[in-house]
Amino acid sequence: MGLTGLEIFKQLPKTNTGDCGFPTCLAFAMALAAGKTSLDKCPHVSEEAKEALGAAAAPPIKLVKVGTGDHAVEMGDETELFRHDKRFYHPTALAVLIEDTEDVAARVAAFDELEFDRVGLHFVTDMVALQCTSGDGAKFKAAAEAVAAGTQKPFVLICEDVAAMETAATAVADKKPLLYAATNDNYEAMTELAKKLECPLAVKGNGLADLADLVEKITKLGYKELVLDSGNRETSQVLADLTQIRRSAVRKRFRPFGYPAMAFTTKDDPMEEVVQAGVYLSKYAGMIVLKASKKEEILPLVSWRQNLFTDPQKPIQVEAKAVAVGDVTPDSPVYITTNFSLTYYIVEGEVEGSKVPAWIVPVNTDGISVLTAWAAGKLTGDSINKALKENDMESKVNHKTLVLPGYVAVLSGSTEEETGWKVIVGPREAAGIGKFAKDNFGK
Amino acid sequence: MAFNAVKEKYRSKVGEVTLGATKEQGGTRGYTITVGGEGALPFLHFEGEIPNRPVVALEVWDHAPADWNACFDSYFGDVYNDAAAWAKKCVEEYGADLIVLRLKGADPDINDASPEDCAKVVKDVLAAVECPLVVLGCGKEEKDNQVLPVVAEETSGENLLIGVAEQENYKSLTAACMVHKHNIIAQSPIDINICKQLNILITEMNLPDDRIVIDPTIAALGYGLEYGYSIMERARNGALQGDKMLGLPMIGNVGFEVWRTKEANASVEDFPAWGEQEPRGILWEATTATALLQAGMDIVVMRHPKAASLIKQNIEELMVANEV
Ligand code: B12
Ligand code: SF4
Repeated sequence: MGLTGLEIFKQLPKTNTGDCGFPTCLAFAMALAAGKTSLDKCPHVSEEAKEALGAAAAPPIKLVKVGTGDHAVEMGDETELFRHDKRFYHPTALAVLIEDTEDVAARVAAFDELEFDRVGLHFVTDMVALQCTSGDGAKFKAAAEAVAAGTQKPFVLICEDVAAMETAATAVADKKPLLYAATNDNYEAMTELAKKLECPLAVKGNGLADLADLVEKITKLGYKELVLDSGNRETSQVLADLTQIRRSAVRKRFRPFGYPAMAFTTKDDPMEEVVQAGVYLSKYAGMIVLKASKKEEILPLVSWRQNLFTDPQKPIQVEAKAVAVGDVTPDSPVYITTNFSLTYYIVEGEVEGSKVPAWIVPVNTDGISVLTAWAAGKLTGDSINKALKENDMESKVNHKTLVLPGYVAVLSGSTEEETGWKVIVGPREAAGIGKFAKDNFGK
Repeated sequence: MAFNAVKEKYRSKVGEVTLGATKEQGGTRGYTITVGGEGALPFLHFEGEIPNRPVVALEVWDHAPADWNACFDSYFGDVYNDAAAWAKKCVEEYGADLIVLRLKGADPDINDASPEDCAKVVKDVLAAVECPLVVLGCGKEEKDNQVLPVVAEETSGENLLIGVAEQENYKSLTAACMVHKHNIIAQSPIDINICKQLNILITEMNLPDDRIVIDPTIAALGYGLEYGYSIMERARNGALQGDKMLGLPMIGNVGFEVWRTKEANASVEDFPAWGEQEPRGILWEATTATALLQAGMDIVVMRHPKAASLIKQNIEELMVANEV
């Protein structure tokens, strides 16, 4: 890096068109120097300037896109080593391995159903990784076509034999699959193919030093839509490799490693695989290819991914507005909770599951959980009273009884005092709401 | 452009804490366990020494837990009412490195067990297993302040790890650990400043820092795990950059947090879209642990034997030297 905002500014058109999203060229230059935007956001910059700014202006890790349309997956474009410094942006893509010797259509159909709903969020498994196990180009092609027909989601074609890859990839090139992989042995032809088909290309090295050399050879051939694989497969070594790739790119702006990196799990036991994938997900994999494909195996991984890629500065919040769950009547119970999105949706899910229609009143706690809000003095008799008033609960129900989360039973007294409502202390965990609702409000 | 590995030069390393004492050392343990000592971020052997692997503990209660998922019955059903037998099973059959004994029964709302009763359970467990022992109170300050000093006294010399001390309540436990030669768990509510502050307060009472283990507080996967993860990661970075009061081994109550969650417990009939309950619970626990291991956790407290063995294996693989 090393270029200052002013040095960059000198190379810009200085016309302040604002098309980059910044009011002036200077503001854009400053943001660029801070790594907060990329040069391609300015449509007016000259070729010479692009050349001059070169690496300095590029993001440390290139954004690489696989697939097309709504389901396309973007990887890379990360700027941090630790999420507490800022945040991670492009969640690790999970690719489920399918071999061309299997019943591909059936496996793809099952894969396409690997979607989950949890705490108000929708999670998906992003890609299929189709491996040419047969060694037969025609078979691989048929399998690739079955994948393309069976899912909208993008896929990876795994095959180091260029001829077989060409047969399959040509047939599905419009889906922009990731071609895996260019190696020392095939990189010229494989790069040519990727270039011709305009598909992203994975580069498989033989350790990090070799990978760096290979990437340089490929970029010299004029292709830069790359995803990196160190070629190592041992858990500990892969952790080291992923860490080095990320550090070299972010800290040193080492261009050969300025691309998203990928990892493969190696375990036969799906549970062991999930744990191994957990390591790579935590530490910098842009994409993971794994065999595990049962719901109970994928759900923990997509959940950890969601957690890891949230913004550490801003808890996700819901609006602090009373919500009617089910066909409420004036007799329906009133549950108090907080406006931390996680807390709210857990409670909403349980209230819905209880089959007893009810109101949920999320108190504005600036998006923090029940106990945290209590400890921070944001969930109090007073703030509960405010929430009831602002939502005009008195006109929505014909009773004055509210349910407090069990963990803040200590707030009962002050809540009754402040609100004039009667308090029933609910269970501690929201999971108890179903039984609680039946016992207290069931017919 | 040739590749040059980016290796950090750290100023410091994490302190080591040894748990348990053998006969020669004044206790009765068959072996001791040393945790901490890392001179690099988790498992990055290429840039520093990682002399001790993280260890895996299994959780034992002093009475039959009323609300554990039924999937635990086949592992512990026969020993729920006998903490000593339960602990023995955890070590001998399920390969736990050490035991965390939770004195839940002391809770006035549960069995209100007396300090003497609690001390007896601790001694029974010590007699049944050779491994070092961690003892946790019931979580109610007032009661724990009565129970834990008695436990510390009755097991003097065993070099237990006892918890928890908190910012508002650390003095009586620190004093007991001082006098009776035990280690202490310093728990802070996911707050790096409180974490440091508490360690300072404890060392100011003259308990040396090689007898403190940090519990920075964690949450389960899907319930705020990322907060605990980031706090551990920050603490470990701080430790390597030379902050002595963050440079202590860390413990995480993984099983306890995870098995409170819906995802670990809900039946497949109720949530068909989430898959089978027991493997889901096991992986919910294992994924929480594997993530925190990447942030610097040294003592992993698990509940499900299968999750514990997955994590032990994960640690073993990560302890294989790597190079760049
Ligand atoms: C993540 C976390 C944080 C995050 C906050 C993230 C967030 N957006 O909330 C951060 C790091 C910011 C934080 C800060 C603090 N925290 Co904090 N934090 C936690 C942690 C680890 C998890 C909380 C969480 O997200 N839980 C998940 C959510 C879903 O739980 P929940 O909201 O309680 O909801 C559950 C139930 O309450 C129930 N429920 C919810 N609503 C309702 C409604 C009804 C009607 C019913 C029946 C049930 C119900 O259902 C849910 C699922 O079962 C806990 C410890 C732990 N392991 O639980 C500590 C914890 C809550 N924090 C604590 C403290 C003290 C603090 C601080 C005050 C520390 C400090 N001095 O800085 C600060 C305050 C922050 C501030 N000033 O704003 C303490 C509280 C102590 C106590 N017993 O009161 C805890 C328990 C840690 C501890 N053991 O000391 N914290
Ligand atoms: S788009 Fe380019 S020319 Fe227009 S303000 Fe931004 S930097 Fe300047």
